[in-house]
Order: sequence, then C-alpha cells, then structure tokens
Amino acid sequence: MDMSWYLVLSALLFATGAVGVLIRRSPLVILLCLELMLNAGNLALITFSRTLGDEEGQVFALIVMVIAACEVVIGLGIIVAAYRRRIPLNVDELRALRG
Amino acid sequence: MDATTYGWLILAFPLAGSMIIAFGWKLLPGRAAGWIGTAAIGLSFLVTLGALFQILGLPAEERQLTDSLYDYASAGGLDIQMNILVDPLSVFMCLVVSGISTMIHLYSISYVTSDRGFNRFFSYLNFFVFSMLLLVLAGNIVLLIVGWAFVGFASYALISFWYRRTTATEAGMKAFVINVVGDIGLVLAALFIFRELGTFDLLAIFEQAPEQFSTNEGVVVLIGILLLVGAFAKSAQVPFHTWLPDAMEGPTPVSALIHAATMVTAGVYLIGRFYPIFEIALTAADIAAIVGLVTLLIAATIALVVTDNKRIIAYSTMSQIGYMIMGVGIGAYSAAFFHLMTHAFFKALLFMTAGSVIGAMANRQNIDLMGGFRRSLPFTSALLIIGCLALAAFPGTSGFFSKDAILAFAEYRGGAYWVFAIGGYIGALMTAIYAFRIGFRIVAGPPCEVARDLEQGVHHHVEPQNPATGEAEDTDVGFPGEKHNIAEDNWPMKIAMSVLGIGALFSGYIQVPGVTDVLHTFLEGSFEDSKLYFEQPTDAAEWRGLATGALISLTGIAIAHHFFLRNRAAAARLQARLPGLHTFLANKWYFDEAIDLLIVRPTLAFGRWCDSTFERYVVEGLVSGAQGVAKGGNSAVRTAQSGYLRSYALLLFVGFAGLGLYFLIAGS
Repeated sequence: MDMSWYLVLSALLFATGAVGVLIRRSPLVILLCLELMLNAGNLALITFSRTLGDEEGQVFALIVMVIAACEVVIGLGIIVAAYRRRIPLNVDELRALRG
Repeated sequence: MDATTYGWLILAFPLAGSMIIAFGWKLLPGRAAGWIGTAAIGLSFLVTLGALFQILGLPAEERQLTDSLYDYASAGGLDIQMNILVDPLSVFMCLVVSGISTMIHLYSISYVTSDRGFNRFFSYLNFFVFSMLLLVLAGNIVLLIVGWAFVGFASYALISFWYRRTTATEAGMKAFVINVVGDIGLVLAALFIFRELGTFDLLAIFEQAPEQFSTNEGVVVLIGILLLVGAFAKSAQVPFHTWLPDAMEGPTPVSALIHAATMVTAGVYLIGRFYPIFEIALTAADIAAIVGLVTLLIAATIALVVTDNKRIIAYSTMSQIGYMIMGVGIGAYSAAFFHLMTHAFFKALLFMTAGSVIGAMANRQNIDLMGGFRRSLPFTSALLIIGCLALAAFPGTSGFFSKDAILAFAEYRGGAYWVFAIGGYIGALMTAIYAFRIGFRIVAGPPCEVARDLEQGVHHHVEPQNPATGEAEDTDVGFPGEKHNIAEDNWPMKIAMSVLGIGALFSGYIQVPGVTDVLHTFLEGSFEDSKLYFEQPTDAAEWRGLATGALISLTGIAIAHHFFLRNRAAAARLQARLPGLHTFLANKWYFDEAIDLLIVRPTLAFGRWCDSTFERYVVEGLVSGAQGVAKGGNSAVRTAQSGYLRSYALLLFVGFAGLGLYFLIAGS
C-alpha cells in the first residue's frame, strides 16, 4: 500500500496541531494541540516502520507515547495549580519571562 | 665514594639541618637546634674534605666532575639536568663556606642564646649555607640561579631577623630589592647564553664560548656585563652597594656569615667561574676591574669616618671585595680566590669580636663610646688586634700575602693596569688606617665606663633599645634577647674565634711567592683553558710588591696610631678643618640620596602618574568600553524576549521549517 496517504494524514494532523498551538490562548487547548503534533509524529514513525520493515519506529512511537503521558501529567498539574491560585489561564497574560 | 657523591652530601647536610629545625623545633629541647645546625654544617665541611681528597687523587686534567641526579626539564633542545659540578674551584669555595660557617654557627649558639627566635635563627642559617653551597656546586646556570636567589631570600630573612624593628625590616627589603636587580641581570645573561650557545650547562658553555664568539664581540660583552650586574649586586659593588651597610641591622653572626665570609663572595665566584666569557669579553672584564677599584677606594674612605663599629667593618668588607672583583677582572684568579679565603677568616673574626664588644656595650655600636677594653675583655681584644693586623695586611699575616698577590699581578700586566696597582696601594693605606681606627679606639686608650665596670665584674644589661633609633623594645619574639653575651664568658665563642684567629694569622702561608704555591696549583684544574691563569709575575716582582705592601701597611698603622691613640685631638682638629669632606664621607658619598633621586623618586612618580592618569583614563576607559559593548548587544537581543509563549512557538516552527527546507533543497 502506498504510504504517502498516511504521511499526508500525518502532515495534516501536525499542521492542525501547530496552528492550534500558535493561535489558541488557553493552555489546556495548547496542550491538546501538542498531543496532536506528537501523535502526528507517531503516525509517521509507524508508517515508515511498517513500510521499511524495521521495528525501531514502533519502539520510538512507544517511547514518544510515554513522554507524551509524562508531559500531560506535568502540564495538567500546572494548569490545575494555576487555576486554584486564580492565575488567569491565558498564555498571553503569563509573560513573566519577558526580557 | 666518588667525589660527586661527596658533592651531593655537602648539599644534603645543611638542607636536612634546616628542615629538621624548621619542622621539629617544638620537639627539640633547650639549645639543641643550635647544636644540630652546627653539626650539619660541620658534617658538610667533613664531606667537603672527602671530596677534596677524591679530587686530589685524580690527574690534574680530569678534576672537573659532573653528576646528574635527574632530568629537571628536557624539551625541544632544552636540556636542564639537576647536576652539580665538582671541581677544584667549587670544592675550594665549599671548604671556605662550610668551614667558616661551622665556626659562625658555633659562635651563634652562645651569641643568640637568650633570643626567643633561637630555633628560627638556626634554621635560617642552615638554609643560607645550603643556598650558598648550591650556588657554588651548581653544574648549570639554572641551578646556579636557584642557589643565587635562595641566597638572596636567606639574606633577607636573616637581615630582618629581628622583625619587630622597622629599621631591620627596611634593611632586609632593601637588600632583597637590590639583589633582585642583580638576579635580573643574571637571568638575562643566562637567556643570552642560551640563545647564542643553546645550552645551560656550565662546562658546555665554557667549551663552546671560545669557538662561538670572537674577541670583544658585542653579544659576549653584553653577556659579560649582565653577569657583572648580578655579581655587583650580590657582592655590594658600586652602585649596588647601599644594601650592605644597612644589612648590619641583622644579628652580628649574620653579618659575619653573609656579609663578610660567604654571600658577598658569590659575585667573585661568578666572575671567576665564567672566566672563559670574561677572557673573550675584555671590555666587561675591564669594567669589573674598574668597578672593583672604584668600590675599594670609595668604601675605604667611608670606613675612615663612620662611627658605627659594625658599619666600619661592613665598609671594609666592600673594600676588600673590591680587591677581589678587581683581581678576577684583571685575571689574577688564584690571587683573588686566595684573598677571598684569607678575607673570610679575618672578616668573620672581626665581626665576632665586634659582636663580643657589642655584647659588652649592651647593644651600643658607636665606637666613640668605646675604649680601653684591653683589661676587661682580654681575649676579645687580642683577637680583635689579630683581625685588624690581617685586615691591615701587616707583614706575615694572611691578608699581607693575599692582597699583594692581586696587586703584584696588576703590576705584572703593566700598561694601563698600573692604575689598579696604584689604586690598590692607596686603598691598602686607608685599610690599615681604618683597621687600626677600630683597633686602637676599642682596645687601647682610657677605659670607658662600661669597660671599667666590666673590670669589676659588672656586665651591663641596659633596657633593650634599637641602636639605630633609640626606640625602646620588648624582648619578645622578633627582638634581640635581654641577655648580652661576651666571648670571655662563653667557650663556644672562644673556640670559634680562636680557630678563625689562627686562620687569619697563618692561612697566608699556603701561598708565599717562591716558597709555596698550594692554592694556585690546586685551582689549575678549573682554569685549564685560561690564557691569563698561567701567567705569573716573577718571584722577585712579587717580593718587591710584598715589601711595598709591608711599608704601606706599617705607614697606615703609624698614622692610625698618631690620630687614634697618641694624639686623639689631632683627629678632631682634622675633622674640624675639613668639615665639607667629613660630611661628604659621613653621608657615604650621598649614594643613598642619589639612588633615591635618580631611581626611587622617578619610579614613585611614574607609579603615582599611573594611579592618577593611566588608571583613570586608559584602564577605566577600556573597562567601561567593554561594558558599553555588552550593554548594547544585550539590548538588541532583549526585544526578542517578549514573554509571549506563542511568539516563541512561532519562532520555533519557522526555525524548524527553515531547517527542513534547507535540508530538502540541499539534499535534492
């Protein structure tokens, strides 16, 4: 089967995630969009792994999932903590790192 | 054991003594440190004798032995070994240094007995002797410079030994700074030698120098002059001499050790050792001879008027070293080293008697206050007169033979070298006068108050005070002890002075023209390739010189007798008639003031200018310029740091997209 369809789907997912990260202001949505981008990457990895008959891509996809899970735990933890402290959940207002 | 093993042992004993005392002094009972120190130097003297007999057992042309302990540095054509050179000259120097130093250590055990710094004193003394022995045994210039610098440090430590006295610490610093000027000369000379000959090894230098350089070539003269700067600073020759009289701030045995018998002879040794350079660099050798002559005359005139007992002896040291420098400058090597040896005996003796007299005077050193000690200090007085006789070159004493050997050689070389002979005889006349100025003033004449009390068995111990400034001092660490010691009460001082007295009287007989020639024959092994060494004046000429010397010496003593004993008012009248000259001489020819005006003040002014102008405008300009650059760059970069998370993300995407595009395009 032609792998280009999978790759096109992966690219579309990635682009959707990237645009979401760029235009949305809610940290929760940005986190979701990041997940989307990671899974787009996973799709591409598995596609290549299947077509080329190499298991390493599968392994990488699993590792990426683990990383994504960790990241979501930390990210959601921060969001919940910020919400409890009544810190506005808007990335444009959270700019304490301005130089 | 072969001679070089003895050579290493010569160095090992004083170093071990110094370290044992320095690190174990808390465990040493009573005066043990003094005895350990004395034993260390005594053993060093004994192994030097061993080396001497080993050397004498070899044929004359094989008497230059080197031995390397390990490679100190070896890279890119540079090869510095940790090696020593055992040859007649270095063995001779070791004999003089360790022999005289043993006696001085013995003397010091009694002399500094009540000083709280007793252990420190002996540790320094041993370290000093070690440095001096390292200097004379070094087989390459690098090791020689190490010994040279150690000697400088040791002299600083010992001159400033009573470190709570500002006068002593200032004198120590002065000695150290002037010595460092000399060190710079020596280091530069070593660099030039390495650049021209590619080696630091002494024997290799002496072998190659005559092949590499033509006579009086610019660079070899430069090397010679740089070596001379080192030699002059260490040997207190004009204009680097001003530290020596000030160095009399140290305890008297220190003056005997470093400022009479050993350290100041390092310059003479250096010039003698580098004779192959100086026989090519004739101009440098002439400079040495001229400076020696000038120094001996200047120092002798100053010694005629200063009133501090130790300073008179210090100036006489300068003057006698002037003879030696002149001797090695004109090529009278064996005569100069002969004088070095006899001078070591009688000068150490004179300092020891001065120490005993100062002990009796409760630390006062002005000879105007002294007088008539012959009954109260009979032993000291007898040895003082022996020392003065040898210094004045009285016929039959050691100084008589050695001084005239140098002057006879100057006459022998003839031509312009007559100047050195005539100047030397003028100096000899003044030497006899100032020697007996000390002798008659202290020993003869009506007894002073201290001498009268001492005859009744009362030894004064006044409130401790600095003899230079009159400041009151406590007797805690860093000041002299509260008890003063005279030779009459202490047998170690008596033994040390007796041995040196015998040397001062009789050591001249090892080399009497036409009769014995021990030293000259022995040193031949070190001066094999010398053009001048084997030229000797005839015995008749030497005896003629000796007769002249005897006449001059007796005349000088007679003059001293007239002015300082029989008719003391005449000396005062003479002083009143020539007030300008007296002030000029009493102020030591204004050398300190001249150096202050020509070097110290311009340097200070330059330093202040640097502080006020250079620092403010140039250094601070550079600093604030750099700061401005950093600030400007920083504000340019700061605008990118907006704090907007999404703009960071955008930059990230754009960056990665750009990279991806680049690799796509570059890959296709």
